[in-house]
Amino acid sequence: MSMETPLTKNIRSDGEAPDLKAYQAAGGYESAQKALRMAPAEIMEMVKQSNLRGRGGAGFPTSMKWSFVPMGNDAPHPKYLVCNADEMEPGTFKDRLLMEADPHQLIEGMIVAAQAIEADIAYIFLRGEYTLSAQRLEKAVYEAYASHFLGKNIFGSGRNLEMYLHLSAGRYMCGEETGLLNALEGKRANPRTKPPYPQVSGLWGKPTIVQNVETLCNLPHIVANGAEWFKGLSRTKNGGTKLYGASGKVKRPGLWELPMGTTIREILEEHAGGMRDGVKFRGLLPGGASTDFLTEEHLDVRMDFDEVQKVGSRLGTGTMIILDDKTCPVGMCWNLEHFFAQESCGWCTPCWSGLRFAARVLRAMEEGQGQPGDIEQLEFQSWFCAPGNTYCALAPGAVEPLQSAVKLFRADFERHIREKRCPWRS
Amino acid sequence: MLSAEEQKEIRAEMAHYPDKKSVCIDAMKIVQRHRGWVSDESIRDIAEYLEMSADDLDGIATFYNLIYRKPVGRHVIMVCDSVSCWIMGYERVREELSKKLGVHLGETTADNRFTLLPIVCLGACDHAPVMMVDSDLHRDIEPQKLDRVLDKYK
Repeated sequence: MSMETPLTKNIRSDGEAPDLKAYQAAGGYESAQKALRMAPAEIMEMVKQSNLRGRGGAGFPTSMKWSFVPMGNDAPHPKYLVCNADEMEPGTFKDRLLMEADPHQLIEGMIVAAQAIEADIAYIFLRGEYTLSAQRLEKAVYEAYASHFLGKNIFGSGRNLEMYLHLSAGRYMCGEETGLLNALEGKRANPRTKPPYPQVSGLWGKPTIVQNVETLCNLPHIVANGAEWFKGLSRTKNGGTKLYGASGKVKRPGLWELPMGTTIREILEEHAGGMRDGVKFRGLLPGGASTDFLTEEHLDVRMDFDEVQKVGSRLGTGTMIILDDKTCPVGMCWNLEHFFAQESCGWCTPCWSGLRFAARVLRAMEEGQGQPGDIEQLEFQSWFCAPGNTYCALAPGAVEPLQSAVKLFRADFERHIREKRCPWRS
Repeated sequence: MLSAEEQKEIRAEMAHYPDKKSVCIDAMKIVQRHRGWVSDESIRDIAEYLEMSADDLDGIATFYNLIYRKPVGRHVIMVCDSVSCWIMGYERVREELSKKLGVHLGETTADNRFTLLPIVCLGACDHAPVMMVDSDLHRDIEPQKLDRVLDKYK
């Protein structure tokens, strides 16, 4: 049986995106119409049975996220649906493809999600640098409005759905759900205290769902083909396919839609073509910058939410960053912690202080000024930024690569201090 | 003073939000598109137009890296310094750009042609190293071929 690739099946080889007509010719917007004939509870049950989990990095079950939204006649309105298209996790380049290559699929997914929670208004929160995504989404939203797939009485269903594209002005913090809501409200993107959760009190105090691009793009296919079909796409218990990527010194860096639960080895060796000539594999971050390093012994781990967690890391965004033997792990950690320290919003102390401190220690090590005790200092800052000590997931995520690198590549850290130089930079 | 065109574009954005203040980030981006950057005077004008405090707006402006509170050159180069690009040779790209343009990160060339800025992951990691010039993404940058990229921007 040939492998099904629902998310990327419409992608054209000429690099253009299918317009509304072409998208419809391929069966597009049938799921939206079907969903509009279904009760929200039916959609929720179908998505629950499918085991769809959020593709933004945390893997929260989609139907459960929806289940906290107040429903029925007494529910506050307007309710909001927000697509988190603020792709900025270093090493992650999957949502860009979905938006550039098939923008109508995302819009259709949003119509399905809006029906599931009875949302009235939808925003696509897109990072400002994604200029081609912006052009294509803008055109697709325009086409959808012109055909009355958006706006008032969509598809003649009696339901209304407004959709707006919002271009962000930057900062990684906007990818954090509540930071994103503040940014949409025209504020600094500091995180909000939870509870209340956005499902109850989100944008302008109204019920709000925030979901990742890839998550939303899965919905039309689940509605069209059913939960059992979706589960069958996967090699593990987490349903569906997954966009996996690889960057770093592999022969063919890229992005592939594969069954959920494909092993790291298969992605790395068969799809990415293995390591480039002259370099050896040393480790990888499985799903973006804020995941723990894995090494050779983990190559047969299946890339899904549960299996990667079992070996102490996270699937994250599913886009792997490969560390090779000609690249310094300490330098890589400095690059990562510099990023996180810079992007911290400064709202809580462990994040702004701890990450800055860690970045400074790593820089000193790289520049030949490491001191005895520095490794312990990095371990302390990793503990300081752990979950429970901060308002949001930025700092806990930030120290995942650091704490694991200190364990796995400890000898390299020690060597930097002992030799007072970076052995890779000499 | 905000121009009639700027006001018109800001009002169009207002239709997407339930209150005036929420549009402030879009408003700053609109003004920046027209004037290249957001000056103190623009901050005051936008704040006045949206009925909010200028200090509040400035606090928002300075949070977001794509809002420029200082003048920039005719073209802005944003070179990705995140992890995949770093592995694939970001440092050499940055050094070559600095050498060619005679500026460090955060500076503008004397002829006002380019401003050189670092940017976080641009989401094109399979084609690292990458950079943007204005709204164009340039992938698989080879430091020795930077001239070919830069020549397009006068």
